[in-house]
Amino acid sequence: MNIDIYDKLTILSDSAKYDVACTSSGVDRSGKLGSMGNAAKAGICHSFSADGRCISLLKVLMTNVCIFDCKYCVNRVSNDTVRAGFTPLELAELTINFYRRNYIEGLFLSSGVIQSPNNTVEKMIKTLELLRNVYHFGGYIHVKAIPGADSQLITRLGLLADRMSINIELPSQESLTLLAPNKTKESILRPMGLISTKIQENSTDLVKFRHASKFVPAGQSTQLIVGATPDTDHKILTLTEGLYRKYRLKRVFFSAYIPVAEHSLLPSVNIKPPLLREHRLYQADWLLRFYGFEAKELLDEQHPNFNLQIDPKCNWALNHLEKFPLEINKAPYEMLLRVPGIGVIGAQRILTARRSSAIDFSGLKKMGIVLKRAQYFITCRGKIMEGLKITSDGTMRALMTDQYMLPTPYSEQLSLFNEPFLTREDVQQCLTGQT
Amino acid sequence: MLDRTDVVYAYDGSFEGLMCCVFESYEQKEIPGAIRAPDVQQSLFDTAKWIESDEHKAERVFRSIPLKISLQAQELVKLGFLTCTPRKELLIYHFLRLGFKYGNKVMTMLTDDTVCTLQKAVRHLTSESQKFKGFVRFSVYGEALVAVIEPKNYVLPLLAPHFCDRFRNEEFMIYDKPHSMALIYQAQKAELITVDQLTLPDVEGTELEYRRLWKQFYKTIAIESRNNPRCRMTLMPKRYWGQMTEFEQ
Repeated sequence: MNIDIYDKLTILSDSAKYDVACTSSGVDRSGKLGSMGNAAKAGICHSFSADGRCISLLKVLMTNVCIFDCKYCVNRVSNDTVRAGFTPLELAELTINFYRRNYIEGLFLSSGVIQSPNNTVEKMIKTLELLRNVYHFGGYIHVKAIPGADSQLITRLGLLADRMSINIELPSQESLTLLAPNKTKESILRPMGLISTKIQENSTDLVKFRHASKFVPAGQSTQLIVGATPDTDHKILTLTEGLYRKYRLKRVFFSAYIPVAEHSLLPSVNIKPPLLREHRLYQADWLLRFYGFEAKELLDEQHPNFNLQIDPKCNWALNHLEKFPLEINKAPYEMLLRVPGIGVIGAQRILTARRSSAIDFSGLKKMGIVLKRAQYFITCRGKIMEGLKITSDGTMRALMTDQYMLPTPYSEQLSLFNEPFLTREDVQQCLTGQT
Repeated sequence: MLDRTDVVYAYDGSFEGLMCCVFESYEQKEIPGAIRAPDVQQSLFDTAKWIESDEHKAERVFRSIPLKISLQAQELVKLGFLTCTPRKELLIYHFLRLGFKYGNKVMTMLTDDTVCTLQKAVRHLTSESQKFKGFVRFSVYGEALVAVIEPKNYVLPLLAPHFCDRFRNEEFMIYDKPHSMALIYQAQKAELITVDQLTLPDVEGTELEYRRLWKQFYKTIAIESRNNPRCRMTLMPKRYWGQMTEFEQ
């Protein structure tokens, strides 16, 4: 089969697009004379696609030929689709030429499993070696580790990349057995453990030998599919927390399941991807990483799923009205972070500003605090906000956040709920501090 | 202070010039009601006082900022001058007055209108320049890379270190059309120069081919069932699209 680079790019980016991660963050590396490229710690978005997702890296598969038969995946062996593959040289040329025009921050390389996991990884290593050693490419490289490959090969791959990831995809062994018969929990967690150990070993090596090569300096990440199986938010979030703690992952990504296959074990092809549920999980993930929350504070066995009408932080606040209202001029940082409408930057600004003078409501507004939501939970110099009206309808609307970012079916759904989740007493209680 | 406030300063539009305005105001014990750059039209009745740029005076004011306020305040003033906020001169001037009065405490006065407005303007500048680190699109002409941008703020001084580091072995130019400025980097040296007009030759061959590949990648990578143009617009407003390869017709 003879297909040109345009068609290859089309096929191999089309089959790579369901991988959500496209971040280029986690490593700072300055440019060198004689090489091209650098990396910025915060990551850089080079464009946004029509679905609103950031495009930072050239995200492609080495090949979409795959010997595995994971039911949820477009590239499964049993799917009748056009197959193609890049040669290492083609891919290196493409990356360099895109990078030079500032289209991208680097390469995100994944692959179907061709012949065997080892064979696949060897092909990927060849590409990265070409980029790093022949083209002297100093930009960002995110590479997928292939489950089942030898640890020696994974190690070599890791020394060439900035970030490595292995997708867990399905949050439980039962789901894996059903839908990904060629993968086991063990085959995923083993390389993940290996990477995590290597990163730690490497950081001690770097202390001993300043010029030791860096092993995935931007750390590792993973992805979980949401909505393909009956696994609850509670299960997913607890797993996420465990991954941050145990494997020191940098990021866990969630991917709303998009039906790509008709199968009796999967949701029907006609269902819409659960984008709002995915959004709630990301919000919760943020709370774990930056706001000092623990998974068990947000969900438990009795409440295993997030409320789709209200964000997890607001939900927590409404369930803990005894902790409010909070005096802005006295509250510690950890508590400021728990007020709906106050984010990390907002809380830091409050700490800074109150060093010079007491803050009132107009001051909060100037600092970018979202009073629309925060007003129900705070006092300034002992007073609640002037003219604050509490009607259950208005309050609910004020507390329901971020509808604007959501696709239309969800915003409609939001206005249709029939059970008020917040009563007038709830809010009054919260304002007066009575419990 | 008993200072007059009806006086208007006119200066040459340079950063040194603005520092000299600050110098003049303290020396003459007067508070200008406006500080006018050369490109601003003067109103009928104002009889502006021309402030001559003087390297020595400018240096004295600039060097006093970290001593009397802080290094962060000096940085804020420098960045403030690159912003597109209306009457930025007066804003910077009032910020410095506050700073010379309160010292470093001024940096914590986030609820003060002057401090808050200046910081907001600087955030607008830095976030715009952060966006352009990604949105700049080079075209290859012979051996050189050329990009055109249309920013609101003067972002080139902030973009320079990033691109010079990234493309050390290249020769490139980023042309800021609305401000008629260009960053030129060749033989490992960068300079900012004034460029009034730039006409680029037609592109062909390899350049066209890579543009075609990039447009195809851009189209393919979007997931149709997640289509969300509003979200895209929030993250990448339309005003950036004009110079981006993926939106070229």
